[in-house]
Amino acid sequence: MHKLRQNLSHLYTVLFLCYLIAPLVVMSGAAFNDSKLPSIVPWKGWTGRWFVDLWNDDRMLMAFANTLWVAAAVAVISVIIGTAAAILINSISGRVRTVLYSMMIATILIPGVVIGISTMIMWTKLGGALFGPEGKPFPFVPGLHLSVLGQVSYIAAMVMLLVLARLQSFDPGLEEAALDLGASHGQVMRRILLPHLYPAIFAGGAVAFFQSIENFNVTQFTRGGADTLTVYVFSKVRSGITPTINALAFLLICVTLVLAVIYEINRRRRARIEAAREAEARRAEEMAEVTGVA
Amino acid sequence: MSAGIDLENVCCDFGSFRAVDNANVSVRPGEFFSFLGPSGCGKTTILRMVSGFIEPTQGVIRIGGQDVKGKRPNQRPTALIFQNLALFPLMPIWENITFGLEVRGVDKATRRKKAEELLTLVDLPGAGDKMVSQLSGGQKQRVAIARALAVEPQVMLLDEPLSALDLKLRQHMRAELRAIQKRTGVTFIYITHDQGEALAMSDRVGVMSQGRIQQIADPRDIYNNPVNGFVAAFVGENNVFSGEVQNPAGGMAAFATPHGTFRARLGASAGGKGVKLYVRPEHTRLSQTRADENSIPVTISEVSFEGNFISILAISETGAKLAAEIRNDGQATVPGMGAKMFMSFDAERAAILPDANVRG
Amino acid sequence: MLRRYGPGLTLLICLLVAFWLLMLVIVPNITLFEQSFRPYLPVVEIGGPRDTYSFANYLKVLDSSVEKSLFGYSFSIPVHVYTFSLTIFYSMLVTVICFALAYPLAYYMAKIVNPKTLPTLLLMLFIPLWVSEVLRAFAWWIILAFKGPLNAMLLGIGLIDAPVRWTNMGYTGVVIGLIYTYVLFMLFPVYNAVQSLDTNQIEAAEDLGAPWWKIHWRIVLPHAKPGIASGSVMVFMLSAGSLLVPSILGSTTSQWFTQTIDQWFKDALDWNTASAYAFMLLSLCTVFVTIAMWLFKVKLSDIAK
Repeated sequence: MHKLRQNLSHLYTVLFLCYLIAPLVVMSGAAFNDSKLPSIVPWKGWTGRWFVDLWNDDRMLMAFANTLWVAAAVAVISVIIGTAAAILINSISGRVRTVLYSMMIATILIPGVVIGISTMIMWTKLGGALFGPEGKPFPFVPGLHLSVLGQVSYIAAMVMLLVLARLQSFDPGLEEAALDLGASHGQVMRRILLPHLYPAIFAGGAVAFFQSIENFNVTQFTRGGADTLTVYVFSKVRSGITPTINALAFLLICVTLVLAVIYEINRRRRARIEAAREAEARRAEEMAEVTGVA
Repeated sequence: MSAGIDLENVCCDFGSFRAVDNANVSVRPGEFFSFLGPSGCGKTTILRMVSGFIEPTQGVIRIGGQDVKGKRPNQRPTALIFQNLALFPLMPIWENITFGLEVRGVDKATRRKKAEELLTLVDLPGAGDKMVSQLSGGQKQRVAIARALAVEPQVMLLDEPLSALDLKLRQHMRAELRAIQKRTGVTFIYITHDQGEALAMSDRVGVMSQGRIQQIADPRDIYNNPVNGFVAAFVGENNVFSGEVQNPAGGMAAFATPHGTFRARLGASAGGKGVKLYVRPEHTRLSQTRADENSIPVTISEVSFEGNFISILAISETGAKLAAEIRNDGQATVPGMGAKMFMSFDAERAAILPDANVRG
Repeated sequence: MLRRYGPGLTLLICLLVAFWLLMLVIVPNITLFEQSFRPYLPVVEIGGPRDTYSFANYLKVLDSSVEKSLFGYSFSIPVHVYTFSLTIFYSMLVTVICFALAYPLAYYMAKIVNPKTLPTLLLMLFIPLWVSEVLRAFAWWIILAFKGPLNAMLLGIGLIDAPVRWTNMGYTGVVIGLIYTYVLFMLFPVYNAVQSLDTNQIEAAEDLGAPWWKIHWRIVLPHAKPGIASGSVMVFMLSAGSLLVPSILGSTTSQWFTQTIDQWFKDALDWNTASAYAFMLLSLCTVFVTIAMWLFKVKLSDIAK
């Protein structure tokens, strides 16, 4: 009976993975089908022309470039704000901490529609209040920079959570040791605290980058006339679509896969190095025990 | 190179809790000085006040004669060795050691050279490029010491640095620390709850309890002439008798207890009430016949062989448990269980002492 | 704080956090709130005598009733209220199905799978998560198409004998898309929660003779409650707030509340009513989540794990 349940659970996991991955395979497959509509049935033969079309689709490439810019900006700003917030939360306590922390977490739960509209209204109103209703200067008009700000408002909280988790494994004694050795507060931050946080900061940057690429709701309400990939694909799905999108999706999935594999290899390499170091420390310990010399 | 440290009437409060109460100490330049006491006695607070992580609530701290009030840790000529060592895990050993120089803007080649010198000093030559996780406990210890020495401090502050090591290494590192201190001539202030460490390494020891310094003396004096019951009980073992002082004269007195009246040395300020008689187990003798004075009839109830000595537990006629020790010199006769004997001690070796010095 | 980081850094940190919370969160939401009470006016009349606060924008939700019937009982209901109720209902349905799908896998990952293969499994689960939401919805748009692979497959194995219009069956397409898009947001919190359960407890229960369903009901599920709550809140809020999936996979009869807001904002250009509706969505979802958290006795700070 136990064996049966175990086999069932293996089977379930395999099915679940198929469920997750099959749509991506279907989507990628359609990129190679010589059919005007993006689908894998009926199969009309292999073609690479959707990749050629993709290369010639200026509007899509433009949207793609915009997406990357927005994502990079969101990643940088979110990492800075999120790290600062994590450090702040980690070094205060009591009621202030509870209130600030809850407020930060709540941003993740606010529907994107609300964030989008509120960001848009505030910045345009602020511009109106400062410069009058006509001819508002740069930051106060709709556009992708507002999308960046809107996205940062909740993505920063995700970065904060990642960095905070890492901070909790940090020994504050290291900061004191560095201060005691004569380092200034800036040096402690740069040489001691930030290096410890880098893994979480990089992870946070990656999460922020991908979250930004995913984002539709905030962007939809703040973008003005500019396109991002998400918005472009969305408009295409409604107004007639060609498999160029599939070609792009296939490329994105490949990039994701490559990054994931690199990450995994790197992780394993590091785990091996760390294991080797610990083994050496153990040997040194045993030597000390035998010889009585530390 | 090394500086003395003076604490004058130093107090430190955390809210309504007084962690350090009116501490007065004068540590001489080049001295190895230990603060000894149970956890929570305020010794770590003293260390953190000297290093600058905590400001005293009252009183003055001088390092090398200079009042250091308001100076931050990075402005004081002290180097702290943390209980968990606080080595930077992401830097190789040599960068760890010379971090203090790096933040002072010393160039890389000089730092490399200095790191190698210090590694030789602490007996770890050539380990500069290893990572912290590659070292054994004792090696980490040495790196921590080298790192503190790199900034050429006038005072080294050590917060129970040996507590994470196992027994053998700890004993080895004691000698090592002492040797490094003598070689460098830097003033060491050492915090520990381990009496063995404090007695073995220090020039002088300050015993603390409940925020107060109970006694400052050299290790032999601490052990042989404790000023009060706390010091006597914390440093070494004791048989303790309650009773009353009678006819004090010439530094000696009679002490009436339920076991009989004994003659003993009268400790300073032990005239009043609440005094007790303290006798160390190794200062007792067991014999078949009653001694002339200070003799208690007992029944042997436990005999345990400890190697270099034999520890004996005896029960008196009033039911009190008394401890004795016999040195294992090869010809000692070990009493059997249940044997009826007499336990006696010299009046010179027994002290009548007040309880701990606590506020109130 | 000051002692740890010095005055300069402390100030910088506080300023960054203040910028985030004030300029990006609090003030925009206050503006949204304020705007939602103003009428929609031509530019020249803004600030004029007609620009006064009222509940008019909120009351629009009660306009234009439609006839609906449920279990043979007919009633008339304002169309936006109807949309909103269905949005909440289907979001809850999505949440429940996500939990049912994710829980067995979460338990498998936490307690059954060989720890050596776990990182690989996690990586395979993460890949769909990294692929953009719009593309995931688009993938299902392809699959569910009238002449798409799902119909082709079902026809092929003889389960149906005529192709099905999946995306024209009320909310079917939306629910399928939302589940696929958000199931991982349920999986990971539940996995974390189950993983923190001491395996000895399960073995002890087994040893005491408990049947497998009882072990889950009495030991694993109670322990995983905070994770389940946080996964549910995430999935529910994401589903109710989703605009993309309902727009791509929706049918003519499946209106989502966010689509209504989008129409006020983009088509009618009435930002004020859009604000009012957005604020309603925010506050009602907040109320809903608060009640759910109160029922399950979990705190907001437990959610973010």
